[in-house]
Amino acid sequence: MRVNFTVNGRPQEADDVWEGESLLYVLRERLGLPGSKNACEQGECGSCTVRLDGVPVCSCLVAAGQVEGREVVTVEGLAEFAKERAEHGGCASGACGTPLDAAKKWEAKPGQDSQTGEGVELSPIQQAFIDAGAVQCGFCTPGLLIAADELLERNASPSDQDIREALSGNLCRCTGYEKILDAVRLAAARQGEAV
Amino acid sequence: MDFLRPASWEEALAAKAEHPTAVPIAGGTDVMVEINFDHRRPAYLLDLNRIELLREWEVGEENVRLGASVPYTQIMENLRTELPGLALASHTVASPQIRNRGGVGGNLGTASPAGDAHPALLAAGAEVEVESVRGSRLIPIDAFYTGVKRNALQPDELIKTVHIKKADGPQQYSKVGTRNAMVIAVCAFGLALHPETRTVRTGIGSAAPTPIRAKEAESFLNAALEEGGFWDNGKIITPSVAKQFADLVSAAANPIDDVRGTAKYRRHAVGIMARRQLGWTWEQYRGTGRTLEGAA
Repeated sequence: MRVNFTVNGRPQEADDVWEGESLLYVLRERLGLPGSKNACEQGECGSCTVRLDGVPVCSCLVAAGQVEGREVVTVEGLAEFAKERAEHGGCASGACGTPLDAAKKWEAKPGQDSQTGEGVELSPIQQAFIDAGAVQCGFCTPGLLIAADELLERNASPSDQDIREALSGNLCRCTGYEKILDAVRLAAARQGEAV
Repeated sequence: MDFLRPASWEEALAAKAEHPTAVPIAGGTDVMVEINFDHRRPAYLLDLNRIELLREWEVGEENVRLGASVPYTQIMENLRTELPGLALASHTVASPQIRNRGGVGGNLGTASPAGDAHPALLAAGAEVEVESVRGSRLIPIDAFYTGVKRNALQPDELIKTVHIKKADGPQQYSKVGTRNAMVIAVCAFGLALHPETRTVRTGIGSAAPTPIRAKEAESFLNAALEEGGFWDNGKIITPSVAKQFADLVSAAANPIDDVRGTAKYRRHAVGIMARRQLGWTWEQYRGTGRTLEGAA
């Protein structure tokens, strides 16, 4: 079957999609967006986390046919997504999230590559992960970035408990999580300073 | 495999009537795992994501009418007052990503004895509204679970709404597992006090072939509370009464040994959870002002 949907602000069309195929498979194998990682394929590890109409979900558990006409943001589009959000009055109040209409208005700009992320400055959460040394093998990183970015979007100054809860669906087998928690705290602090 | 994408509830019922073997998929958190691992190759997948009414809920006089695919996240955030037991149970489901997709309809459809919502539904009291092209019917939650991963649905029926009694007293829920997130219950227990009818209801998860109530334990506690005038005098429940209640809950369980735990452990743990939850809910009922939210 054919599936039409929007990925990182660009309309995409995937052909010859098998009916039992996951969104993750379509992203990686049909659209050439390997940023979302394939590890457990059962929703346990969170490494395939993407935003579906603004909501963080495991893309391995979304059937391809279910995304027809919907909006997906992957780690490849995260920097641009965060930039657009900041420019359009982001969320400093601590309880907003992305309304569906806002998510739908968002589009990738020409001259930037939503496949590699080249030509775009890193998002604050990505920069914080680097600065805090929160990346080791990197396999869990894309999912953690999506989850952490969404947390900071709806909660500008999360408690440690909030951070732990928001990231509880993302497994990392390298870092022991401390550096990851540091990175989220760092991004939150920088976000606070910028306001 | 065919992918059916009905745009309305009527279309979904027609599709299910035409293809009774079609597997409904909403959050996909069970179905996609089975497909990813090649454990299941249904001839038809019936996508319910486009059906708005399944994602809606309504708070009525006595009941909450909860659409089958209202995600657990929404239940936690919006129905904590009306459905405290189910809100606590929802919070123990897997991870934020899963709670954003999965809902009670899926738990009921899968009917796994380990489903997190079941003990809360049993304790609160609920009816499952199912529908087919032949019409709709309400299945009492006590009659819904018919065996391991089996329920009372006919092949052409779909789960539409879960009618859950609004809390008229304190409710609790807890679950035993090796960590807080991403864990399937070793066993679980839910308790609801119903001061209006001066009754208690229970739900046991993952400790019998189906989710069950501990009916003898309920009857014993109902009688003991009545006899001692506890509902009126609000005294602390006698420890011997709490112990007997816990023992009867343990006795109601009918668990097995498996990779997650032994039968002996499960039987013991549901008794402990029952005794603790009786203490927590009774403290709330007595109005000591201690908030116990999140005790799960």
